[in-house]
Amino acid sequence: MRPLDPRLMRYARSTRGFLIAAVLLGVVTALLVILQARALSSVIVDVTANGLGFSEVRGLVIAVAALLAARAALAWLTEIAAFRSSAAVKEELRTAALAHALALGPQGPAGTDPAGVTTLVTRGVDALDAYFSRYLPQLMLAVIVPITVLLTMLGQDILSTVIVAITIPLIPLFMILIGMYTKSRVDRQWKTLAVLSGHFLDLVAGLPTLKIFGRAKSQAEAIAAVGDRYRMSTMGVLRVSFLSSLALELLATLSVALVAVSVGLRLAEGQIAFGVALFVLLLAPEAYLPIRLVGQHFHAAAEGLGAAERIFAILETPLPTSGTAPMPAGAVTIEVDHLGHTYAGSDDPALAPTSFTVAPGSITALVGLSGGGKSTLLNVLLGFLTPTTGDVRVSGGSLADIRTEDWRASIGWVPQSPVLVAADLTDNPTIAQVVRLGAPEVTDVKIRMALADAGIGEEIAALPLGIETTLNADGTGLSRGQQQRIAIARALVRSPRVLLLDEPSAALDTDSEDAVVTAVRNAAVRGCTVIVVAHRPALVEIADQVVRVGAEIHA
Amino acid sequence: MSPVRALWKAMSAQRAELALAAFVGFLASASAIALLGTSAWLISRAAEMPPVLTLSVAAVMVRAFALGRAVFRYLERLLGHDAAFRGLSQLRVSLYESLEAITPNGLARFTRGDLISRLGADVDTAVDLPLRIVLPWAQAALVSIGTVAFLIWLLPTAGVVIGVVVLLALTVMPWLIGRTAANAEARLAPGKAALANAALTSLSASPDLLVLGADQRALAALHERDQSVTALGRRESVALGLSGGTGTLFQGFAVVAALVIAIPAVSDGRLPSVMLAVAALLPLALFDVLQTLPGSALAFHRLQGAAARLAEIHEASATEAASGSKRPGEFTGLVVDDVHARWSGAEVDALAGVSLSIAPGERIAIVGPSGSGKSTLATVLMGFLDYEGSARTCGGEIRRFDGDDLRERIGLMAQSSHVFDTTIAANLRLGRLESSDPEVWAALEEAQLADWVRSLPLGLETEVGSFGTRLSGGQQQRLALARLLLADRDLVILDEPTEHLDAQTAEQLDLTLLAATSRRTAIVITHRLTGLESADRIYVLERGCVIEHGTHADLMHADGWYAANRRRQDDQRSMAELISGLPAGIGVPVPPLARG
Repeated sequence: MRPLDPRLMRYARSTRGFLIAAVLLGVVTALLVILQARALSSVIVDVTANGLGFSEVRGLVIAVAALLAARAALAWLTEIAAFRSSAAVKEELRTAALAHALALGPQGPAGTDPAGVTTLVTRGVDALDAYFSRYLPQLMLAVIVPITVLLTMLGQDILSTVIVAITIPLIPLFMILIGMYTKSRVDRQWKTLAVLSGHFLDLVAGLPTLKIFGRAKSQAEAIAAVGDRYRMSTMGVLRVSFLSSLALELLATLSVALVAVSVGLRLAEGQIAFGVALFVLLLAPEAYLPIRLVGQHFHAAAEGLGAAERIFAILETPLPTSGTAPMPAGAVTIEVDHLGHTYAGSDDPALAPTSFTVAPGSITALVGLSGGGKSTLLNVLLGFLTPTTGDVRVSGGSLADIRTEDWRASIGWVPQSPVLVAADLTDNPTIAQVVRLGAPEVTDVKIRMALADAGIGEEIAALPLGIETTLNADGTGLSRGQQQRIAIARALVRSPRVLLLDEPSAALDTDSEDAVVTAVRNAAVRGCTVIVVAHRPALVEIADQVVRVGAEIHA
Repeated sequence: MSPVRALWKAMSAQRAELALAAFVGFLASASAIALLGTSAWLISRAAEMPPVLTLSVAAVMVRAFALGRAVFRYLERLLGHDAAFRGLSQLRVSLYESLEAITPNGLARFTRGDLISRLGADVDTAVDLPLRIVLPWAQAALVSIGTVAFLIWLLPTAGVVIGVVVLLALTVMPWLIGRTAANAEARLAPGKAALANAALTSLSASPDLLVLGADQRALAALHERDQSVTALGRRESVALGLSGGTGTLFQGFAVVAALVIAIPAVSDGRLPSVMLAVAALLPLALFDVLQTLPGSALAFHRLQGAAARLAEIHEASATEAASGSKRPGEFTGLVVDDVHARWSGAEVDALAGVSLSIAPGERIAIVGPSGSGKSTLATVLMGFLDYEGSARTCGGEIRRFDGDDLRERIGLMAQSSHVFDTTIAANLRLGRLESSDPEVWAALEEAQLADWVRSLPLGLETEVGSFGTRLSGGQQQRLALARLLLADRDLVILDEPTEHLDAQTAEQLDLTLLAATSRRTAIVITHRLTGLESADRIYVLERGCVIEHGTHADLMHADGWYAANRRRQDDQRSMAELISGLPAGIGVPVPPLARG
């Protein structure tokens, strides 16, 4: 990732105020440092050369004290501004990434690794602190402060100014040259590091297996040996890459030494004043400091840049397209016409061409081996996936033309593993909140009716708190069958015109299985267009037609 | 012992190298201070316009200190990093050894993800201990002592007062910074956790939220949590920013103290006037060096969490059965009589009186609902869990044998066997290091993996990828089976090796397993009841007890748990038959189903 990525700069705009404040504070701090050097050198000259006593320089000493106190306060303010400047950007970036990841649905990164995306938008975004609040302001200070210091020195002593002005540009030059030389070696080193920690984790993950075969104890030496190899190759790279900071320090300290010796010798010959010499000595290091800090802060910002790269990868994944036509009114006929899908980069179709028609009030059972394409077909029907071939028509019009939101509003969906959440994402939602997820306005009466339709009404009514019973965060306390039936109620409470149900592949208890079958049959009787993915005979038996999803078996 | 001290102990083999790094670092810092001090003296002396020759020693010293500062710093970084990496390597070994001691039972207390973050991120954080904490502190202390000693020699009162300020800066400052940071983070933590929880919930439920049209409401709920975290963060910035100003504040005290004490001393002749600049500028330079300490205090604060998590690994006490020392004799079968076993921390026995037996050449099956104690039995028989009652094999009680020796007689294939990130050959030879190529191929043939390995361009030398990512689940388990067969154990225990596979793959692997165990003494643990007709005996376990046992025919006749569940699983088969009889990709009327 580039240090000044335009995508990050776009977000930096929202925090422009704080960035400007941070830079201003930095500039004022630099001015205070210059004043402090001036005051300090005056005190020393007044006492040493002019023989003044403490009472005569008291004012200047107080000035030094005040300047130092002011610098401390400014440093505090700078830190506060730093924390605040990143807060706004982080919130904006986090909100954008979460909204996009959520909208990408199960086909996106949230589907495969929700925990990873969570870590990325929380800790990963937090790691951008160093970038926005330190690196960016320091980058500007590295230009402003040295120029300010040089201009001040110019008013005092031209020769010292020249020494500093010549060496400062050499610093970035050396850093770039050494950086270019080490970059490929550093990249290679990162790979070695990944191999090292991979080897370690591999052995730990395989410990039970190693122990079964009596090989666990002997692996400790292997870990030590791999660690040693890594250390030696890393040190080889560090010897070179630390050279860039050696060059930087050498330039900075040697030129300060040059300035010191040059003003000292000229002072002895009476060419410059004592006060000027001391002032210039104190100023010279301040010209180099901001540039050294850029390097330090960039190092700290690198982790955040890595996270930003992955966040932008999410943000740049295109969302599934939505049509614009309204959902046709009335009962729904679904025609699946030569529908097929092949993922980019794959040779084999995830869904082989499939055709069938589902009339209102009828039940279609989808069957097939796992990996045969049933979930791919469902993902197309749910609007998560744009198929590569064929079409789905809804009451005559193409599904692709209908506004996804309107289409989804007319379907009731029961996933294989429903996640029972409330819309406000509370940790312990009540049954009523969970059922209301897709229909925020419905009354308690309708919720009880939907639970009864799903065959779980009596069980819940028997609970002391009824539909106000809270569920644990992960749905524990309920059996899989009970969770499934609550998910059916959640779908039915929306009075859907289409019902899509993905039967759990693991067997439910008999009561739950019967309840699922009854609920599906009743939905069809009410005129729903029903498609179920069936794993067990009971659901197939009540279907009007059955579709095997998957390629022909070549036995 | 505090977790950080325990960590320090676990990674400090290279104390001498680290001490050298600290000393070289001290020389670098001392050079930086001496550079300013000597320059100040040079200029003050020059102001008296002496012969230029009298300044030449100082001029050389100024240049030498400048050179020394950069070069010593470079050496310090090299030495410090080398020592830190050695410590890290040592830490990994000691963590591995701690984990080895509690494998397999104690591992259960750490989830996989948790363990990976402890061994990955936390171990990486541990490098801060030598590099960002110990080294900066050691050289800060040394250079402070050196500078203060010089100042005491120069002007005792100034030296003592500045010494007190430095001492406060070395103790109070880091304590204050660490404490305010810890407090502020503690106040922020619940909000951050709530945000992370809600984010995880919404992302896991993304299909549910989208289809039910609740995504925008969920995002609003997330944003609300985000805003409250941001608002709290703004308030806490006042406390968190404290680390910025304290260093400068202490610097101010020291410089002003130096001026207030040294100026009158110059006036009354106790201090030569050329030394005033030195006395005033040395504290300034010293505190520039000490500016690394606030960052170091924050690093220490960050390290504490990681150190505590790593200490938990070191301290995790083994629940493993105390291994005996007896050497097992010839394998003559296994007799389990009234065995009770309990996992540490559990309220009830996982095995509550199990009896069974197996003679050489026999194959028995252990079935039952999940949680009935099947895997516990395997753990006991492998010598990993202590038990009461009697479990005899190879001429003695299992608990009396040395664990590794016992496991040279009894082998296990678990639900998911680990495939190591190396070649197929190396993975297989884990079973028996000295096996010849023909033996390896024979094991692959039996596991029905030989054709596939032959089809690979690199054959046995093919790398399987980390966690066997280049292998399908079925291939991983076949590789594990071949490894177990190659090890040639007297008794093999198969603990649901098809558990995590899809139905079709599981069925094919089941056939391979049945064929491979038909000529061996084997205990097959399974919840799939098909194909058990050929077992010598079937034991049904429920809540840690054997509730039924006998042959397939006996149990079907008895019409108990086995018969009921076998019929239910046959339903699944009729489903499979239905699917295979249907044309693909079109809708057809439902054919009649044959149900058990």
